[in-house]
Amino acid sequence: MTEPRLKVATCSLAGCFGCHMSLLDLDERLFDLAERVDLDRSPLTDVKELGECDVGIIEGGVCNVENVHTLMEFRARCKVLIAMGACALNGGIPAMRNQFVLKDCLEESYLRGIGLVNPQIPNDPEIPLLLNRVHPIHEVVKIDYFLPGCPPSADTIWTFVSQLLSGQPITLPYTQIHYD
Amino acid sequence: MSEEQHFILDGRRIPFEDGQTIMEAARAAGVYIPHLCFNPEFAPHGSCRVCLVKVNGRVQASCTLPAAAGQTVLSDIEELREIRRGILQMLFVEGNHVCPACEKSGACQLQAVAYYVGMLAPHYTHFYPRRPVDASHPDVLIDFNRCILCELCVRASRDVDGKNVFAVQGRGISAHLVINTPAGKLGATDFSVEDKAAQVCPTGAILIKHQGYGIPIGQRLYDRKPINVVGDVAQASESQGGRRHD
Repeated sequence: MTEPRLKVATCSLAGCFGCHMSLLDLDERLFDLAERVDLDRSPLTDVKELGECDVGIIEGGVCNVENVHTLMEFRARCKVLIAMGACALNGGIPAMRNQFVLKDCLEESYLRGIGLVNPQIPNDPEIPLLLNRVHPIHEVVKIDYFLPGCPPSADTIWTFVSQLLSGQPITLPYTQIHYD
Repeated sequence: MSEEQHFILDGRRIPFEDGQTIMEAARAAGVYIPHLCFNPEFAPHGSCRVCLVKVNGRVQASCTLPAAAGQTVLSDIEELREIRRGILQMLFVEGNHVCPACEKSGACQLQAVAYYVGMLAPHYTHFYPRRPVDASHPDVLIDFNRCILCELCVRASRDVDGKNVFAVQGRGISAHLVINTPAGKLGATDFSVEDKAAQVCPTGAILIKHQGYGIPIGQRLYDRKPINVVGDVAQASESQGGRRHD
């Protein structure tokens, strides 16, 4: 009997790709995962267009307009949406800029930074506009599962994915739940 | 023995002495009730509400409610776990608790209690308040972003150290910790790293300088065992990763 294959998409919004690195830390377990899962849009496949998926995994919060669009597209096309890592859950390190006015952040980086030549704030139309504040993704769309950690360890991800794929309730052991 | 006064906590008989609260009696019997603003060395404050228990059907704070014979107390039940999770989530969104960027992470009571009650995510909309950091004192740093208003530093400084350093100002959502100097800076006070007040903070709001990240990840106070086994940060010694001076 072959179990049904699931279509999974992943993306990193305002994150550092650390959670995706942790996903790759599954190492040999990636072979087991590949038995059950087909990757759709993901930084690991470089597929650009998101198809209809069973599971979407989001790393990072939302810091710009493109993040919001991508997140809403994932919500629309994924049956189950998972927030992975501190930034997706609470904004994380990028949200530390919420302590400052956006204009001050941009000026500090692009006008007052040390060693700048021809200082100017980038405004190319291709660059997504920044939001005034960075937000966790549950403030924008409904999230079905939360996976804390900065990043969640490969063991945490494996426990979670195994339980999800087998339809069990998610119960992580104590050592696999941490916020840092 | 049969004369001993007792109440029932989660089906277990808990003896108590006159004047003891439910929390104190439970602690003496080795039963953990999650808490943040409670510290056995100080008069209870009853503000964080994490220690809520159901006494004869009514939800009350176990740190302030006197134990009495005939009480049937429920603590470790899903209904209360859910309330406690909600309280923890509100505490997290009300401040700026960036665990990956906090040197107290792993030895933080707020975090450990959140793990204990099964909080995975903050659920609510974040406030992202703008609060200052006070590094004016040579040995101690105050990060107001992480203050949960437990008033343990206020109580410890006033009642044990005999000093007038901390206070909570404002009401309701405007309540915030202040330093009692004209400029509101810790550096201008007689606060000392040896003070009791430097050893009680359950979060990373009060940090001792020059010792951050001394214990590697994986060996920190709450890395391997939960808070009901390990105990509070204020009760664990610095060498164990806690706050109590060795």
